[in-house]
Amino acid sequence: MDTPKIEIALTVNGARHDIAVAPWETLLDVLRERLHLTGSKKGCDQGQCGACTVLVDGERINSCLALAVSRDGAAITTVEGLAEGGELHPLQAAFIEHDAFQCGYCTPGQLCSGVALLHEGRAQTREDIRELMSGNLCRCGAYTNIADAIETALNRQNAGREAAE
Amino acid sequence: MIRFDYVRANSVAEAVTALSSPGTRALAGGTNLVDLMKYDVMKPRRVVDINRLPLKDISERDSGGLRIGALVTNSALAWDARIAKRYPLLASAILAGASPQLRNAATTGGNLLQRTRCYYFYDTSTPCNKRDRGAGCSAIGGINRIHAVLGASDSCIAVHPSDMCVALAALDAEVEVEGPQGVRTITFPEFHRLPADDPQQDNTMRADELITAVILPPADFGRNHTYLKVRDRLSYAFALVSVAAALEMRDGIVRDARVALGGVAHKPWRDKEAEGLLKGERPDETTFRAFAERLMRDAKGQGQNDFKIELARRTILRALMQAAAGTPQNQSDKVIR
Ligand SMILES: Cc1cc2nc3c(=O)[nH]c(=O)nc-3n(C[C@H](O)[C@H](O)[C@H](O)COP(=O)(O)OP(=O)(O)OC[C@H]3O[C@@H](n4cnc5c(N)ncnc54)[C@H](O)[C@@H]3O)c2cc1C
Ligand code: SF4
Ligand code: FES
Ligand code: FES
Repeated sequence: MDTPKIEIALTVNGARHDIAVAPWETLLDVLRERLHLTGSKKGCDQGQCGACTVLVDGERINSCLALAVSRDGAAITTVEGLAEGGELHPLQAAFIEHDAFQCGYCTPGQLCSGVALLHEGRAQTREDIRELMSGNLCRCGAYTNIADAIETALNRQNAGREAAE
Repeated sequence: MIRFDYVRANSVAEAVTALSSPGTRALAGGTNLVDLMKYDVMKPRRVVDINRLPLKDISERDSGGLRIGALVTNSALAWDARIAKRYPLLASAILAGASPQLRNAATTGGNLLQRTRCYYFYDTSTPCNKRDRGAGCSAIGGINRIHAVLGASDSCIAVHPSDMCVALAALDAEVEVEGPQGVRTITFPEFHRLPADDPQQDNTMRADELITAVILPPADFGRNHTYLKVRDRLSYAFALVSVAAALEMRDGIVRDARVALGGVAHKPWRDKEAEGLLKGERPDETTFRAFAERLMRDAKGQGQNDFKIELARRTILRALMQAAAGTPQNQSDKVIR
């Protein structure tokens, strides 16, 4: 089909990209194949694993099920954009501390998802963390350490907030 | 992924006009449509993106109750303070479904219209009446562990996979749709349909109609409600059986009862006649068992899914005990008490 490509603008990790996409290109494919941000992974391409999780206007979604055209104008954060000024995001640091990965394939999605969980502020207990991270599968089964890392980051975030009050 | 044209609607009227040309489908969160287009299961010639429409509000109705715009996301709905306070059963059902990422993208309208998870429906190399009318049903006599035990037909034994819709059925919600002829409201039992001999039709909406809102009538069950979902793993899995139960209790007696089942039929399953059995009764095991028996009276297994009939009876009983005790199922701590 010779549908003309559609011009869209995406701000990815702070940088604006004007790009022409076909209607059927997913956000994940655009990030990986067009913008060469290969941190976000394609695990299942069906919304079933969470490896493609990115933040769109601050909210975590599965980029494999989003059409890029539909997200025209959005601000997107991928794993490449989590560190700031050469400093790891506190959750990235906690992942290293707790050895929260084996092969690392699910890690970009786990990190984006975990960062969103910290922002959302809905997790209070370990069970909440497990439940609110259930959209991210880990084939290596690093779940215990992933939950540990998020718990550490959450405790630090809470402690930081209390200290600021 | 199939190839298709793309248009963006800037008003409901524009969307309705776009939908009246054949082969056009609305795109909301895309979590179901994009998936099905990737595997050539749904093949619209044109997609109309409705995400810019002003259907993202939850508002009070003059007659009490709430109006939920079709584009309110499943997350926004579940975590809305008014929903959490007045319709906790709905919040609970939504949070029992999918994952946080999916719920952030998934919308109220899209959730209602999500297609079945029957494996054969997804596998275009196998016959399926829902995809292809008259082709045959591969699930009958095939792998049918997740299929229907109530209301199935010789043409299709698929189930509707939504959790949210099970709560909406129990809450007597209504669906507001708009088409070229104007706006109409469809009651929940009328909205989804049984497969009969035309399973390609999941619901009673016309192709040129757009869902604009879901309407919730006032409801007050206090803490006497629960959404209990049983599945193959603790989270991020579709229901084998789920029960939305809400009881109105006075002086230790059940005054009103609403019970809807998920995972067992082509639509959220309710039986108002059977619910009548609960009214005026004490909320005890004997009453609830008799009710569960009655609700599942006409259930029929397909072989691999026979277990669902007993599972449903037990889940109904447990859900009613939870509702009567005012201890709704926690969707984080998965222990069923
Ligand atoms: C891995 C996975 C697990 C899941 N687990 C669960 C679960 O446990 N429980 C559960 O309930 N759900 C589950 N879901 C399904 C999810 O809830 C649905 O995909 C979602 O609700 C669909 O909403 P959407 O806005 O993304 O719809 P879309 O994909 O955008 O649309 C779905 C259909 O509705 C039509 N449509 C959408 N909005 C309108 C409208 N306003 N008017 C007219 N037509 C419209 C579209 O044309 C399309 O046919 C799961 C999904 C995935 C991928
Ligand atoms: S059960 Fe329905 S959806 Fe599944 S193969 Fe049979 S006709 Fe198709
Ligand atoms: S690649 Fe998107 S959820 Fe698996
Ligand atoms: S670390 Fe290998 S998949 Fe999670």
